[in-house]
Amino acid sequence: MRQRLETLFDALLPVLATLAALAVGALMLLILKVNPITAYAALWDGAFGSVNSFAETLVKATPLLLVALGICISFRGDVINIGGEGQMIVGAVTATWVGLTFTDAPGWLVITLALFAGFLGGALWGGIPGALKARFNVNEILSTVMMNAIAVQLMNFLLRGPMIDPSQAQLASKIPQTARLLDAFHLARLVPTRLHLGALIAVILAILVYILLWRTVLGYRIRAVGQSPFASRYAGIKTPQYMALALLLSGAFAGLAGAIQVYGVNYRMITDGSASGFTGAAGFNGIVAALFGQLHPLWSIPASILFGALLVGANKMQRVVQIPSALITVMNGLVVVFVVSSEIWRRRRQRRRLTQTPEAETPSKQDQPEIGKEARQ
Amino acid sequence: MISELLSATVLIGILASGIRLATPYLYAAIGETFGQKSGVLNLGVEGQMLLGSFAAFYVAFNTGSLWLGLLAAILVGAAMGLAMAYVTVNLRAQQGISGIGFYLFGLGMSELLFQILMGTVETAQGFPKVYIPGLSDIPGIGEIFFSQNVLVYGAFLLVPLSSFVLNKTTLGLKIRAVGENPDAADSLGVSVARIRYFTIILGGALSGIAGASLSIALLNVFQQNMTSGLGFIAVALVYFGGWKPLGVLWGALLFSMVNSLQLWIQVLGIPIPSDIAVMMPYVLTILVLIASVSRVRSPSALSKPFERES
Repeated sequence: MRQRLETLFDALLPVLATLAALAVGALMLLILKVNPITAYAALWDGAFGSVNSFAETLVKATPLLLVALGICISFRGDVINIGGEGQMIVGAVTATWVGLTFTDAPGWLVITLALFAGFLGGALWGGIPGALKARFNVNEILSTVMMNAIAVQLMNFLLRGPMIDPSQAQLASKIPQTARLLDAFHLARLVPTRLHLGALIAVILAILVYILLWRTVLGYRIRAVGQSPFASRYAGIKTPQYMALALLLSGAFAGLAGAIQVYGVNYRMITDGSASGFTGAAGFNGIVAALFGQLHPLWSIPASILFGALLVGANKMQRVVQIPSALITVMNGLVVVFVVSSEIWRRRRQRRRLTQTPEAETPSKQDQPEIGKEARQ
Repeated sequence: MISELLSATVLIGILASGIRLATPYLYAAIGETFGQKSGVLNLGVEGQMLLGSFAAFYVAFNTGSLWLGLLAAILVGAAMGLAMAYVTVNLRAQQGISGIGFYLFGLGMSELLFQILMGTVETAQGFPKVYIPGLSDIPGIGEIFFSQNVLVYGAFLLVPLSSFVLNKTTLGLKIRAVGENPDAADSLGVSVARIRYFTIILGGALSGIAGASLSIALLNVFQQNMTSGLGFIAVALVYFGGWKPLGVLWGALLFSMVNSLQLWIQVLGIPIPSDIAVMMPYVLTILVLIASVSRVRSPSALSKPFERES
């Protein structure tokens, strides 16, 4: 009984961490002389208040989930991918290029090719740091951050030059954007909302990633490398290769997120010069969602919806109580800190269980890897 | 065009602004060096810098005192360091990820405070240039090295100072011991927790100064997300520098000189697309990371939480 209660408590830790973050947020609202109940009510209403707002929440959750799936793979493989932003951008660029080039092909074919191109673009952008880690032992946290910055400039360059909308190129304003994708190339929508097919694709992929990680040799090896690099090496697993592969796959999912963002929501690429102008910081928030979902692809689904809701609701909150939506970034940061901090209770209890009842249940059910163990060079 | 780049005035300009631009990297990267030497990877540098940058600007703008602004940045950075220390030392949280959490916190918080307290982008008078008597009159050299503001001098003095502390003092010995072999240090009576608290808080304070150097000494303005990855580059410079302050200095100079060259290329209207020029320092950092990892070994206990065997 006690054991079951403790397991339940472990599962609820992320929820407690979020509640703690909301409490800190409430405290900040009080300091700003805003009634937290009014503010959070507006947040809830903005995210779930109507069919339309719920659809918006799902639209925002889609890229978060796709990035989170990639994060599940890489973090489980003990590789920390901070490059989601850049991978999304490159995936979006390659996908957009497909849509702008093959204008005579049928819609279904172009969409399929474009999403595949996005997947590959992201894989390239994740694969480079992966290869650098495997070959030269370059810290992937740093290289993925650098790749983000390079991707942004690449996007700015392409959208101002080679890929600029031909009609903009003639104007003096020269808004850095591509031409709009043909209507036939848009992902199907659940009218009258903006909810598009991408959300369904993301959920299906979540199931596939679950199968990949727990039902295939490849997934087993990635997790084995993440849990115990030394033991894996003894078992003959080529550790660096699997780390690189995890990073490549992780990038691929982020790239797909970028492609789906273009084909499902924006229908063109436009840049304000920053990464988050295109991604909406999904490359970072996807990490938050994945951690919140305990690095489990299926739990990442509700986690992404939650953070999608926070983002959508924040806009409404901003309108109703005049609190900048940056508050949500603060709270996301706090959720990350609280979730990783709360791990200590889980570990403590695991150890107690191990020492008290050695032959009883092994803690392997909680197969959370200790991420970042190998983050050093 | 190339001849324009090579003219004496332009060269001196590139070098002088290169020296100036090295300032934030130096403060942040040397702060991070202390943390990593003691075994803690702090990825929240960018967040600490942003908050420090805002605090410095806001206080200086409203009190008219640059020194009070600097103090505010130090306090804010140190406070974030304290939180980071509690999370990584006491709660033994994974350092890489909690650092990302602190980064998001600083990013959001600085933007939130900026919008609530200021709302519009203001410019202010930053630290003025201090001409070192005599030396600043040397043609060329004087303009490059001895006509900078006080935070620039401070950054360059920090290099030998931190090198001395790390290598020649008992404190430095303890820091290195805690980063290499915390169990041994602990058994010799060195408090691993206390040393790590010290280095992380010091790192936070220096990151705060790094942020302040942007908002009240180099650019004299605060904008949302104005560091744009600078804090992460500072972490990369620590690897590049092989965990030595002097190595960090060379890395920071290389980086800032390329950056300065890139700015001048744009100023002179040399036909390289500006986006590609801006990209160069980041490409360089990756190349530099490739070149530097095989050379030096990181502190053995880096990013490992310490737990006493009992």
